[in-house]
Amino acid sequence: MVRVHRFAFGSIAALTFASVAVPALAQQGLDEPFQKPFRESLAGKTVAYVPVAMNFDLTEGWYAGLKKELEPYGVKFEIRDPNWNTNAGAQAVTSLISEKPAVMVIHNPDVQTYAKLLQRAENEGIYVIQINMGSAYRSSAFVGANWIEIGERQTEGVVKACEGKSNKIAIIQGALSAAASAYTLKGVENILAKHPEIKVVSSQAADWDAAKAKAITQTVLKQNPDLCGIVGFWDGMDIGTAAAVKEAGLTGKVFLATSGGGERKGACELVKNGSFDLDMSYDVPTQAAQMAGTIKWLLSSGVKPGSVKGSEYTTLIPITKENADSQTTCWNLSDLKK
Amino acid sequence: MKRFRLNQQEIVFAVFAALFLVFSILLKGFLTADNMLTLLQNVAVLGILGLAMAIVVIGRGIDLSLIATLAVPAGLVLQMVQNGHSLPASLLAASLLSIAIGLVNGWLIAYAEVPPLFATLASGLFVAGLGQAALFQLDVVQWSDGMAGFERLGQGSILGIPTSIVMFAIACVVVFILLRFTRWGAYIYAVGDNPFAARVTGIPSRPIIVLQYVLAALIGCFAGLVMAASVNSMPTRIFNSTLIYDVILVVVLGGIGLSGGRGGVVNVIIGTLLIGTMLNGMTILDVPYAGQNLIKGIVLLIAVITDTFLNPRNEETAQQGDI
Repeated sequence: MVRVHRFAFGSIAALTFASVAVPALAQQGLDEPFQKPFRESLAGKTVAYVPVAMNFDLTEGWYAGLKKELEPYGVKFEIRDPNWNTNAGAQAVTSLISEKPAVMVIHNPDVQTYAKLLQRAENEGIYVIQINMGSAYRSSAFVGANWIEIGERQTEGVVKACEGKSNKIAIIQGALSAAASAYTLKGVENILAKHPEIKVVSSQAADWDAAKAKAITQTVLKQNPDLCGIVGFWDGMDIGTAAAVKEAGLTGKVFLATSGGGERKGACELVKNGSFDLDMSYDVPTQAAQMAGTIKWLLSSGVKPGSVKGSEYTTLIPITKENADSQTTCWNLSDLKK
Repeated sequence: MKRFRLNQQEIVFAVFAALFLVFSILLKGFLTADNMLTLLQNVAVLGILGLAMAIVVIGRGIDLSLIATLAVPAGLVLQMVQNGHSLPASLLAASLLSIAIGLVNGWLIAYAEVPPLFATLASGLFVAGLGQAALFQLDVVQWSDGMAGFERLGQGSILGIPTSIVMFAIACVVVFILLRFTRWGAYIYAVGDNPFAARVTGIPSRPIIVLQYVLAALIGCFAGLVMAASVNSMPTRIFNSTLIYDVILVVVLGGIGLSGGRGGVVNVIIGTLLIGTMLNGMTILDVPYAGQNLIKGIVLLIAVITDTFLNPRNEETAQQGDI
């Protein structure tokens, strides 16, 4: 009983105290204890960015998004542009390790080349974030599309569109050396294994090149005018695939599924005009925001680089005629850069 | 006693004929009018580029900047229209840019006497860099509404023949007339065959060399526009591809010797047809990528080796600049 009494008294005392004290505190302001260390942990830090190349929607979008989120906190950026040259990229990563930026954002050209380097970087105390194309080394964070899922969902779309039709499909792969292409192909195979009725009449690599994709598609369509669907591996390349379908007068009859970063001109507008029937988007601004969030968390947490490892797979946005008109489905590079 | 001898042009034609025959017999759907048109359509841009390269190679030069002149001026047109300029103004700007590239190449080679291999390698890098750094927002320059109607340069058909084939044919006729029926054409052959003799005879050899590169750049720009129209965008990154080797291959395989002064439009057509037939047949067969390169390499090696056996090189025909 005594204890209850004391508790009650304590509570009342606390309430009385609070009712007196709070107005006083509100007048003085209350210091939030964590924001200062957070700002300090970001200010003056360098984020090094090594994409496979600049000058295309994905890498420009990630960069613009990261800058927008982190520059206000005094984070400095350093870009190394290997311009599709894997060796130049490896050299850039090597030289960056000795420059010791706080974070490296790496877009791998393949699974192996940078793997050892990235491990070394984390041992040296640099957080490594891998974007969209991962390496064999698992670093602090991977942010990006799940290529297997992309392949599966595109193929599901094509298989569904083929119901009651010829069941003949074609696959336009990217470059054979690219992991993204190989993973997507695995996803395609996963679905095709469940649908033995589907016949793949052509599965060729077009090297991410629109002109090659067009040439292959033209030939395939001439041989198989009853083709019911095409799985393409990148919307930037499949502009060519779509042009071939259109020229053959088969728009709407051949279901074309592709994937990309969801930039308005390259994705939504092409879905709207019927070039693509399905464009699986891994929304670049969202990926940039997730990377920025991860960088904030890592820097402010102070964890040892390499001691925590996690993945953030991007939630895909399937762009179809239904949502291609919406303002929020796609993004504009020019707006993101503002 | 006259020995039976084939020149390279005939060998390549024979290889082409043999391949064509084999595909026609073994591949259902190869020898159809539709597929023949597709075959030609797929190599039309390559053929147009081959014509540009042929002019330069006949004049004993080589133009490695050709892919940059394919990509950058055409990309400029798309970018300018996207930024709100009118189509004619953009086309004019692209032509002026191409002429400027040609003039610089020609000046470097004819007056500064830099070997064409290095001059055009450097200028190609410069032009591609200029495009990436200063002209384009993105590597792939997209089609915009202001370009409406222009896609007919590379899509659709004229009298049942796909437009890009018609464009290739027009380019062939123009270059053929230029090389065979004009004084300039004759001068190009003369300069290519023996530049010193040409100069002694009073041919303005340096301006003729400049002319070659300007023509090549303009044809390159034309090829770029056809390509952009055909895929509704200009992937300017094509500069990094191996397309330039295919172009040289078309020219050399067709029988235009790199030592200059020989060959013509027919050779380009034969070279283009061989490459086109191989690509088309292999796509129908669904040959995997690595296999395609292997087959391409083998066919080319056979053609070159046969040529070396039938027409051994000697000191008389070997010249400086022969690769």
